[in-house]
Amino acid sequence: MNEKNEKTPQQVWVNEMVRVRDARDKAAFAALFSHFAPRIKGYLIKSGADATTAEECAQDVMTTLWRKADQFDPARASVATWIFTIARNRRIDMLRRDRRPEPEDLPWGPEPEPEQSEVLELQQESARLVKAIGALPKNQRKLIEQAYFGEMTQSEIADITGLPLGTIKSRLRLALDRLRHSMK
Amino acid sequence: MIHTNHAPRPIRHHLDEATLLAYSAGTLPEAFNLIVATHLSLCDRCRADAQAYDAVGGALLDAETSDVSKECLERTLALLDVPAPESVKTTAVGTLPAPLQDYVGGDLDSIRWRPIGMGVKQAILPTSKGATARLLFIPAGAAMPDHSHHGTELTLVLKGAFQDEDGYFARGDIEIADSDVQHIPVADIHEDCICLAVTDAPLRFTGLMPRIFQKFLRI
Repeated sequence: MNEKNEKTPQQVWVNEMVRVRDARDKAAFAALFSHFAPRIKGYLIKSGADATTAEECAQDVMTTLWRKADQFDPARASVATWIFTIARNRRIDMLRRDRRPEPEDLPWGPEPEPEQSEVLELQQESARLVKAIGALPKNQRKLIEQAYFGEMTQSEIADITGLPLGTIKSRLRLALDRLRHSMK
Repeated sequence: MIHTNHAPRPIRHHLDEATLLAYSAGTLPEAFNLIVATHLSLCDRCRADAQAYDAVGGALLDAETSDVSKECLERTLALLDVPAPESVKTTAVGTLPAPLQDYVGGDLDSIRWRPIGMGVKQAILPTSKGATARLLFIPAGAAMPDHSHHGTELTLVLKGAFQDEDGYFARGDIEIADSDVQHIPVADIHEDCICLAVTDAPLRFTGLMPRIFQKFLRI
């Protein structure tokens, strides 16, 4: 997949996203929608939302993607990562419990025209990360998924799995170390 | 333009990976979200790390799908032509980074301090129940009351510096203390010290007097 002249899915989505951003292209939006809306919905259901709410939120997230397209910076994030942050924020709004302030904007902001080599590098790294997560042992992968998708803190995971908090922490660390190692 | 929020001295004490991951996942109590956002506003290294944790979230997003109804795309397309509200850039001028100015309602001179003894002052910030965020003012050269805690305590220096058993902490540095740590932070002699401190459980003071105060002062 990562052969020289072949585009990773990450790069394909970047191209669609750039068409949405620069040309306000609704066909490109529809392509992004049919790939990502079911994933956003799946994420929200896994985080405890019912199917109807999850679909409404997925709709909101995709609308935000269209409206804030000018903030997408392919040198800083893959399309999936950017969508994840929007979906996460939407989920937090939905729960109405804990506000999550964002850090202040960097004074220099996103580059209007990032270097193509930087974009390529970031998007290829994102592809490698997807592979590395796929290659994790099942229990480590599950733990990472729970940490991100379960509406659970680490101590709640400890309660549910019956594992001591220290064990959860060290397993999670092990999983992250393995990810870091495979990204070298 | 000079951005006062970027520390002249490199930050030496950073956030831990469990906290950064939970911030990215969106599972922290509000008080912890606030201290993470404030630290990230000052620390480029942790900001980059936080982006890496977001990338893990993005990679995981690919794994789980659930069919959406046929009308969903139509409905969404119909929403697109509504113009978006202008996004405002948030970059703070002053000592407190933007996320904190949001809670205080301005910079240092907007903080509503309450004295808690020995020249030490605090201001509790309004956050959700799970954890407490407060600003602390420790006069130059003075010590915070000796305390240990039940849960985790994060302390971020915003102005001045303090020293305790774990080292020297200046603007942008964050100290992570769990329930085992019993520490006596002492403010640097050159300047009054202002910190943001966050706990997920009430502090315990080891001397008798402060323990009585604790009930009334929520420290």
